[in-house]
Amino acid sequence: MSYKGKFRVWRGDSEGGELKDYEVEVNEGEVVLDVIHRLQATQTPDMAVRWNCKAGKCGSCSAEINGMPKLMCMCRMNTFAEDEVVTVTPMRTFPVIRDLVTDVSFNYQKAREVPAFKPPADLKPGEYRMQQVDVERSQEFRKCIECFLCQDTCHVIRDHEENKESFSGPRFLMRVAELDMHPLDAADRQHAAQEQHGLGFCNITKCCTEVCPEHIKITDNALIPMKERVVDRKYDPLVWLGNKIRRRPA
Amino acid sequence: MRIGVILGFFIVYATIRIFMNKWYWVDAYHYLTPLYSPCVTSSCVEGSSHLGTWFGDFPRFLPFSLITFVILAGFRGTCYYYRKAGYRSLFFAPAACAVPEPHKNYTGERKFPLVALNLHRYFFYGALIFGVLNIYDGVQAFHGDGGGFGIGLGTVIIWINLVMLWLYTLSCHACRHIVGGRLKNFSKHPMRYRYWTFVSKLNPKHGTFAMTSLFTVILTDFYIMAVSAGWFSDLRIIN
Amino acid sequence: MTELERHSYDVVVIGAGGAGLRAAIEAREQGKKTAIICKSLFGKAHTVMAEGGCAAAMGNANSNDNWQVHYRDTMRGGKFLNNWRMAELHAQEAPDRVWELETYGALFDRTPDGRISQRNFGGHTYPRLAHVGDRTGLELIRTLQQKIVSLQQEDFEATGDYEANLKVYAECTITELMKDGDAISGAFGYWRESGRFILFDAPAVVLATGGVGKSFKVTSNSWEYTGDGHALAMRAGATLINMEFIQFHPTGMVWPPSVKGILVTESVRGDGGVLKNSEGKRFMFEYVPDVFRAQYAETEDEADRWYKDPDNNRRPPELLPRDEVARAINSEVKAGRGTPHGGVFLDVSSRLPAEEITRRLPSMHHQFKELADVDITAEPMEVGPTCHYVMGGVEVDPDTASSVVPGLFAAGEVAGGMHGSNRLGGNSLSDLLVFGRRAGMGAATYVDQLQERPKIDDADVDAAAADALAPFELEGGENPYTIHQELQQSMNDLVGIIRKEEEMEQALGRLSEFRSRIAKMTVEGHRQFNPGWHLALDLRNMLTVSECVAGAALMRQESRGGHTRDDFPTMDPEWRKKLLVCALDADGVVNVTEEQQIPMREDLLELFEVDELKKYLTDEELPAK
Repeated sequence: MSYKGKFRVWRGDSEGGELKDYEVEVNEGEVVLDVIHRLQATQTPDMAVRWNCKAGKCGSCSAEINGMPKLMCMCRMNTFAEDEVVTVTPMRTFPVIRDLVTDVSFNYQKAREVPAFKPPADLKPGEYRMQQVDVERSQEFRKCIECFLCQDTCHVIRDHEENKESFSGPRFLMRVAELDMHPLDAADRQHAAQEQHGLGFCNITKCCTEVCPEHIKITDNALIPMKERVVDRKYDPLVWLGNKIRRRPA
Repeated sequence: MRIGVILGFFIVYATIRIFMNKWYWVDAYHYLTPLYSPCVTSSCVEGSSHLGTWFGDFPRFLPFSLITFVILAGFRGTCYYYRKAGYRSLFFAPAACAVPEPHKNYTGERKFPLVALNLHRYFFYGALIFGVLNIYDGVQAFHGDGGGFGIGLGTVIIWINLVMLWLYTLSCHACRHIVGGRLKNFSKHPMRYRYWTFVSKLNPKHGTFAMTSLFTVILTDFYIMAVSAGWFSDLRIIN
Repeated sequence: MTELERHSYDVVVIGAGGAGLRAAIEAREQGKKTAIICKSLFGKAHTVMAEGGCAAAMGNANSNDNWQVHYRDTMRGGKFLNNWRMAELHAQEAPDRVWELETYGALFDRTPDGRISQRNFGGHTYPRLAHVGDRTGLELIRTLQQKIVSLQQEDFEATGDYEANLKVYAECTITELMKDGDAISGAFGYWRESGRFILFDAPAVVLATGGVGKSFKVTSNSWEYTGDGHALAMRAGATLINMEFIQFHPTGMVWPPSVKGILVTESVRGDGGVLKNSEGKRFMFEYVPDVFRAQYAETEDEADRWYKDPDNNRRPPELLPRDEVARAINSEVKAGRGTPHGGVFLDVSSRLPAEEITRRLPSMHHQFKELADVDITAEPMEVGPTCHYVMGGVEVDPDTASSVVPGLFAAGEVAGGMHGSNRLGGNSLSDLLVFGRRAGMGAATYVDQLQERPKIDDADVDAAAADALAPFELEGGENPYTIHQELQQSMNDLVGIIRKEEEMEQALGRLSEFRSRIAKMTVEGHRQFNPGWHLALDLRNMLTVSECVAGAALMRQESRGGHTRDDFPTMDPEWRKKLLVCALDADGVVNVTEEQQIPMREDLLELFEVDELKKYLTDEELPAK
């Protein structure tokens, strides 16, 4: 059940690079990451690739396979025809370090800019009481494995480097939504979502949801509800008019 | 691409239709097309303005159904599903996932005019009112020739459209937010949690409802136009 | 003098899994300038793989639960070889550590009255595992990661620099610990990205590097689990204990080959899943050992009733401790009653409705669907034992987590003693939190009491740099990938679940061959993000650890927990009193010596019935009554 698969892998570093062709053995039941590992072990020992758990739980092996952002460990080889060329390239939104490894520090920087959970002042550890129905929405977002594929695919920063500064990306807008829906979080997050994290950049084209390996409904359950919460606060015409008349800062 | 063609067709069709200012009412069976409901100017054909006339004659160049059109087009135009579909198919921002977009700059929905898309929920409130009026129209459409009860193919089409319109309206993201999504603690509002759960079940099909209802609206309008213009006559089932 | 970047910290934590992050949080909260160093990206540590939950006797699901019951379960699970003081601290402090996570923002599943829900697990008397579906490890690591971020935000408010007091060095590997006399003075390593060297000047180092699973072929562990902390500690002069005890998780995936070993959570069994052989028989009833006979059901009916009414029925034997279940599966497969791919069937599809399965075991459902194309709501899974956890590790002081080397601390899987000869499921996450915190505190206190800051000797730095670059020096030598594969195969075949004297001797022979082959291996390319080079460096650690495992396993002539001898199939109370301690001698050779266990404190001994103690202890150890 084994065959010679055709692979085209991007090799290079921050200076530049190119797609290189390889022929490599593929066995039944394998995923793209297995084949990349076989390349490493047999032909290209210095090919750089990030990976960890190999079970779609850690979100390390993000790359673009035939142009689509995917986890290499969750992309089964039997989804390709045997004579099909499988092209593997690094995530395009982030600067390349080497081969398939990119510099994802943008994401860690954005993570820091989201104010942390603010615990209620009057509850001590062990006194927290929350209902399952109240935690479920945020729990969905906490399934995120931080593979950053949503960040990679989002056209706001994928195609527009200049927006990186003012846009946190789906992952961290979802984090804001997660905290905003946390039943005990005591901070105000709605203005910040629009002003600091650039929620208004999002035009809900849903690519983040499409690529999410955890199948989190990022757009429908996090971003749009967050937009609606912002509308509550910011785009209510009556509130807006009141603010204009009284010249109060919004 | 296909969706772009459908959207384009609807825009053209609706524009032509509202400026026609005729063939929106079938007096024999009390069919009123949703594009002209409610008809509330004194220029409306007799019988069609069953809510009374609130305005005098509109000038020639203004369609009677201006308010209806603004609200319904506004509701769809600001709808999260149509926004996705429109950005992808008409503006290529982006055309598909991970496909480079052709624009030099991108500022999203933060500046005028796109910031106005945030007004979706006010159009939703408007659409709700029109939805209720459409039910009234629907009830009126059980009208037999010469009075009394009656059902025709037109009645059936009107009701199919009505159901689709309501599914589309209720599955709206703004609706989901308003009925319960805005709450921090569902457990303190069990009724609203139930509404929210109900809307949340409809919501993933919002796109399907959006496209289907678009189709049924055109169908309904075209059918009534055709019957009203006398291109063919209504197929009667009862009276 | 080697060219490198140099940083000065009070506490350096190596490893960014649960234990490392908890230690760093504690050290930073005690006012110490702290660095966290991890081989992967921040937040990718192996802790994310933990599925079932975090054991803590909060008593939310069953109010009869308390720390004493948890303590008893832990000791029984470890067959009384555990360090009793660690087991005691663990049972007492686990609830506080879990509650603390909620103040960091964790969202556990809830009970109807709004408290943290707890689930059943193998070896635990009551439902005790705080959980979030079957992705508890992810919740834990994300919560701790976010707590680190929140501390950095505090520092930013105060100083304008996020990293003023707490910095994460991601994708950075430590290859050597630095010492000044006896005491730790720092750590030397390299950036994986650039290959450039980095030196940390620090009087206290906390090891939290996890386990050693990558020395075995079939393992649930990721590439990071190369026993770095174990080897670093030994090279710095610390001792390891209990290295012969390796836990083979009974249920790993066996098909397809690329995911062989990946874990199938024990919650599948806790929630009703049963094990069947190829004849369709629930075979676990035949494998209940005498020591557990009283607590486990004898018929399928009774076992099935337990899920609904645990107070009046005994537990199903599928929920025996992991070592028992792993051995049972091994025997079934060897007897020819295995599945086509050499495992047994784990079936939950005939036991629960499909929607219940997807709700309770979402990530298992997802994992099997995506990786094996198997729908677990409709068909059984094929599972088999996989190397999962090393009970052994650095010998530490229970209260401070300090090793025998001043300034060197260890917490989590890299520390030994807590779990004895076998770890109960769910006890690892709580272990990370309890002893991670204690290690952070221990390190902070140690730094406070220090008279003079130990210094780093430049010659040591040059030597460490030369060691790290050695694989580039030779040409025409062997590829590290080949040696790694052979090492894994040898350990799997010869020091696996069932061990024999001659096989282990053979293993030791092969290991010494590997040692000479490793000295001559060659790495191609350059230092920038070169996985071949990284593996070459990790391979040295794997080899040292493998020597400890094989050496200690050969010496322990009994079967207990994660150590099963074909030639000594029973548990021997005399051996319970002994720990096997591994250390490096002056020539860098692994030495295994015996050490006496400290007898259990009397009040803890009194928590058990004498009848039970008789199964484990020698007559003279029994309480005088």
